[in-house]
Amino acid sequence: MLFLLLPIAAIFLHVPPADLVSALGTSAATDALIVTAETIAVSMLVIVLFGTPTAYWVAGRTSRSRDLVVTLIELPLVLPPAVAGIGLLVAFGRQGLLGGTFNALGVDIAFTKIAVIVAVTFVASPFYVRTAVSAFEGIDPALPAAARTLGAGPGRVFFRIAMPLASGGLGAGAALAFARGIGEFGATIMFAGSLQGVTQTLSLAIYEQFDIRFDVALAISAVLVLISATTLLSVKILTRWHSNSPSPILFAASTPPSR
Amino acid sequence: MALKLTFTHPLRSFDAAVALTVDAGTTMALVGPSGAGKTTVLRVVSGLLRPQHGVVSLDDRVWLDTAASVDSPPEHRSVGYLFQDYALFPHLDVLANVTFGARRDSPVHELLERFRISHLTRARVRDLSGGERQRVALARALAFQPRVLLLDEPLSALDSHTKASVRIELNELLRDLSLPTILVTHDFEDAAALADQVGVMVDGHILQTGTAADLVARPANPFVASFTGATLLEGTAARGVDGLTEVVLDAGGTAWSTDLGSGRVGLAVYPWEVSLSREIPSDSAVNHVRATVASVVALGNRTRVRVGPVVAEVTTASADRLGLRVGEVVVASFKATATRVLPL
Repeated sequence: MLFLLLPIAAIFLHVPPADLVSALGTSAATDALIVTAETIAVSMLVIVLFGTPTAYWVAGRTSRSRDLVVTLIELPLVLPPAVAGIGLLVAFGRQGLLGGTFNALGVDIAFTKIAVIVAVTFVASPFYVRTAVSAFEGIDPALPAAARTLGAGPGRVFFRIAMPLASGGLGAGAALAFARGIGEFGATIMFAGSLQGVTQTLSLAIYEQFDIRFDVALAISAVLVLISATTLLSVKILTRWHSNSPSPILFAASTPPSR
Repeated sequence: MALKLTFTHPLRSFDAAVALTVDAGTTMALVGPSGAGKTTVLRVVSGLLRPQHGVVSLDDRVWLDTAASVDSPPEHRSVGYLFQDYALFPHLDVLANVTFGARRDSPVHELLERFRISHLTRARVRDLSGGERQRVALARALAFQPRVLLLDEPLSALDSHTKASVRIELNELLRDLSLPTILVTHDFEDAAALADQVGVMVDGHILQTGTAADLVARPANPFVASFTGATLLEGTAARGVDGLTEVVLDAGGTAWSTDLGSGRVGLAVYPWEVSLSREIPSDSAVNHVRATVASVVALGNRTRVRVGPVVAEVTTASADRLGLRVGEVVVASFKATATRVLPL
């Protein structure tokens, strides 16, 4: 226990709290905070908007194709972040597979804010989708069936039955994806770089400030500890509230992200 | 109005093949052991399962015709489906459950009154008792104004005390609604109490259809006989004296029946046809089994007594009079006319 808690406590105890607060006022810290807030917000929107119907669709399959799809979704989970970064670069980068297409459209993704969003979405979405699949699969199949016999079409079943019943699991999945996304480091630094005010997120700022102003790195770390703790707490509360929805399997493996 | 269905569909270890016609105001009960494919029939009618081959129609409306690629989705069929565990929506209160499928002109208030749940409208589903859940589920199904009613084990989730009163209520309801109704149950007594027609279903096939009284009086085969409550004594039959059939029982002894038969047979006798005494009686019963009492179970005013291979059901008063105890030797007697000879 002590071994687990000591590094976290040390972040807060190394310098006086007043110094931590004033270090947060530096431009490096505020810029990183803004970049992180912007990119994580867009990423989460994309993840939930596309991940929810995907998860619902996967949960509705029963055959072997379902297992294959789930495995494919899980692959980015176990992929080393550096590999994800290289992959994104050769897929969407200037010299990448789709680079030509994007060039023709006048779009350059690599080393922009969009690159951060792509990297975060890539590494974080499986956490959401995997948890959402189990949440949808945890719904008693008699409930959507009953709704169908009561005149509800597939759309109404999704919004009135599946979504409310899976909401606890969906919330927990979103919290996990958020925690993973906010700590994203490897894929982002390779694919988006670490340009202050453009692509430098909180995690990247820690790495850079580590050599320049150690107290700023500490202050940002403290902020991330608080965010992670809040996320953890909200997952716990969400899964407790909806005790009938399955608790996220990936939980232990995924929080807090500390790379 | 008549609901017609025929279908075949492969299940885990056998193919289900069912053909049924259920007229308006008729309740058809499908009874059989679990896994016989009874619920499959309901899923096919409601559109939740598309069978390999089949036709389902209500009057001139064709809901399913696999040969013509017709398959209406469940929401476009007009089916009131009472699920086995009622499948109430746990995130909605009672009123929201009942109105989920309600049509604009549905008499929701009358339904709430009729099912005595108007005081529960704001209650959460998980706070309801088994009987209340069942009434909410029925109200919900009827608020949709279905033209066919499907009931999957409507009584099995209830305790025996609630069950008796719900059975009476359900019976009245089915009379009032006069919809084509299919009821699935594993309990022959429930089927007999609620249905006009009973189909005994085993391994995906309906073995025999008739009124409950028909099935008891003339079971077509040993399975139907034992399912409807008869004791089955196996033996070998041959023509005996006085035009009776003589059955040499495997368990020892001989029994006589007015039914014809030969070769390997099951001799079916219902428990209420068996009387008990200390000594062989001098009445018209020709079949006597002298054996030890294996069990005595009182069921209210009736008592079920197992005597060797035979089960007798006698009034509790007469059981008391005989002073039956487990381990004692008594005589179980039944008439030749009370037995059915069924080829095995």
